[in-house]
Amino acid sequence: MADTAPGMPPPMGQSGPARAREILASSTFRLVLLYALLMGGSVLILLGFIYWSTAVYITRQTDATIEAEIKGLAEQYRRRGLSGLISLVAERSARTPTGAGVYLLADADYRPLVGNIDAWPTAEPDRDGWIDFRLRGSADAADRDDEHAARAKVFQLTGGLRLLVGRDVRDLGAISVLIREALGWGLAFTVALALAGGWLMSAGIKRRIETVNQVGREIMEGDLSRRIPTDGSGDEFDQLAVNLNLMLARIETLMASVRQVSDNIAHDLRTPLSRLHTKLSQLRDLDLGKDAAAGMDEAIADAEELLAAFNALLRIARVESGSRRAAFADLDPVVLLHDVAELYEPLAADKGQRLEVSPAGPDGGSGLRLHGDRDLLFQALANLLDNAIKYTAPGGDIRVAARARDGARSGTVKATIALSVSDSGPGIPPELRDKVLQRFYRIDASRSEPGHGLGLSLVQAVAQLHGAELELADAAPGLQVTLRLRAAPPHGNQHQRRE
Amino acid sequence: MRVLIIEDDAQLAAYLGKALREVGATVDHAADGREGLLLAAGNDYDVLVVDRMLPSLDGLAVLRTLRASDDKTPVLILSALGEVDDRVEGLRAGGDDYLVKPFAFSELHARIEALLRRASPGDQPQTHFKVGDLELDLLTREVTRASKKISLQPREFRLLEYLMRHAGQVVTRTMLLEHVWDYHFDPQTNVIDVHISRLRGKIDRDFDQPLVHTVRGAGYVLREP
Repeated sequence: MADTAPGMPPPMGQSGPARAREILASSTFRLVLLYALLMGGSVLILLGFIYWSTAVYITRQTDATIEAEIKGLAEQYRRRGLSGLISLVAERSARTPTGAGVYLLADADYRPLVGNIDAWPTAEPDRDGWIDFRLRGSADAADRDDEHAARAKVFQLTGGLRLLVGRDVRDLGAISVLIREALGWGLAFTVALALAGGWLMSAGIKRRIETVNQVGREIMEGDLSRRIPTDGSGDEFDQLAVNLNLMLARIETLMASVRQVSDNIAHDLRTPLSRLHTKLSQLRDLDLGKDAAAGMDEAIADAEELLAAFNALLRIARVESGSRRAAFADLDPVVLLHDVAELYEPLAADKGQRLEVSPAGPDGGSGLRLHGDRDLLFQALANLLDNAIKYTAPGGDIRVAARARDGARSGTVKATIALSVSDSGPGIPPELRDKVLQRFYRIDASRSEPGHGLGLSLVQAVAQLHGAELELADAAPGLQVTLRLRAAPPHGNQHQRRE
Repeated sequence: MRVLIIEDDAQLAAYLGKALREVGATVDHAADGREGLLLAAGNDYDVLVVDRMLPSLDGLAVLRTLRASDDKTPVLILSALGEVDDRVEGLRAGGDDYLVKPFAFSELHARIEALLRRASPGDQPQTHFKVGDLELDLLTREVTRASKKISLQPREFRLLEYLMRHAGQVVTRTMLLEHVWDYHFDPQTNVIDVHISRLRGKIDRDFDQPLVHTVRGAGYVLREP
């Protein structure tokens, strides 16, 4: 039994990682991600623009100040001569030992004469005479080792003397750093907020869509009376729910009228048919001639066939209408398989066919459980087995099997039970596999085999009622028909299993 | 045998009445639930044949009322619905058997006979059955014919047990499926016939007098030669 026993049942709720995966895969979350990207981009552009304009503005201001000062000093030089300039420079240097102003008067060999910096900057001036250089230290002992940016302009005096007038622009650097930091944080906050918001939004939308999905699944499984809950808020989800509910109500009405029609057919046509059958049977009991008796037997057989096809059609309609779920109960599919096989075994034996059931021996139960209608599942399996015996040549092999499988589908783990009937007959070509499920369709065009072409349609209706997959495959050689059903949720402690 | 038919389909009721009278029954007919309930309560019938869907009072309501007043008359429910949940509902309401329309009269007749047999006294549960020289013992699970032991498969044993319980009565294929195999379904082939023929091979083949007989258009009967 160990080979076929199902593995651990899936956890009852959704696990955390699975839920997270679902949210990440949701379209809302992807949209929000895109939105976050756009937001991040615009924040980047905005802050970049602020940074750029601030820096440029401050630089221009500095340049203008320096130029104005040079202009003033040049004026003084012209009016008061070199000595006047020197005293002015010395005075201004003294006034701003650590401040923003930078002054240095040097001779033709760049030797400092007077000023508040120690040496002529090594950097080359540009075409307009502007120098950007690093200013090491200042008169203030506290930041003597501090190196910061300065910008200056050179003013040529007569006799090779030159005057450097500049500004300490460390504030400008500080502002750049500040803006860069703000930029980083702003970006990080935007992205974090967008992600968190996206997560919450996706989870919320997913929850609302999931209720719609849930109702959809229940309806597909046959409970047409289910409706999507509405909250009366009138938002787009509420409107969607209201519209879907209206549509469902319409479908339910249509289905009910179809059912009414089929019930009427049952009542109006089956009753006279059965009366015909009974009258024929009663006439057959009279003392008829030999020929008349044979004809009567044929007529009775025809009436029986007609009734059988009729009943099968009505049964399919009944099953499809989904009204039979009331008879659902937990059952052991292996017991069911053995019962079907036991019933049909003499038919197979008469044709010299081997009928094999796996797993063997259902005594005491197989541990497999599924939730379903035992009579309908029995009917479905009986139809399949009947077909298998009918279409397999004498001496062939027929196998009936139940297998448990923990299949992974749509991200959530689902335990399934596959019930299959395979034969070694001629099989069904792939292109006809959908067709054979249609009502009254028969591959055998001559219709020489008995039957009315409704057997597989009924199997499909039963599969649909159980939310099961019906699969026709090549058994090489032969046909393999598999009904893949959901395993019933285990009762009580899920870890307590039969060994 | 007194039979009450509660059925609103006048044609079907007339036909059933005629057929039942032909097999020797006294038949009353009610066309709606209220009339049926009055007749059933005021008379002593051997069996009631009740349609599920009736005007004025539905079949199950009639049934529940009768059972509530401790009326144990066997009831056969007729229904055009014919699905398991309806069947379960019908049996839960106190029905003894359930027959889906349309049905052959032979099927109805066989079931009425079976219900009458069930209702007849003999409270002691029977464990030993004897038909002619064929004997079946439920306790030892032994089957003998003319003192010769016959070995049967478990299902063959149950099949024979059912036939012997209803010895002399016609049992239909559907009755066998429902009681021996315990499934309500429609076999597309006469798979029951194959089982019967196997059983015959074991209990009839080596003996002069066959005990299992085919009743054409109805089913089988096990009876003394």
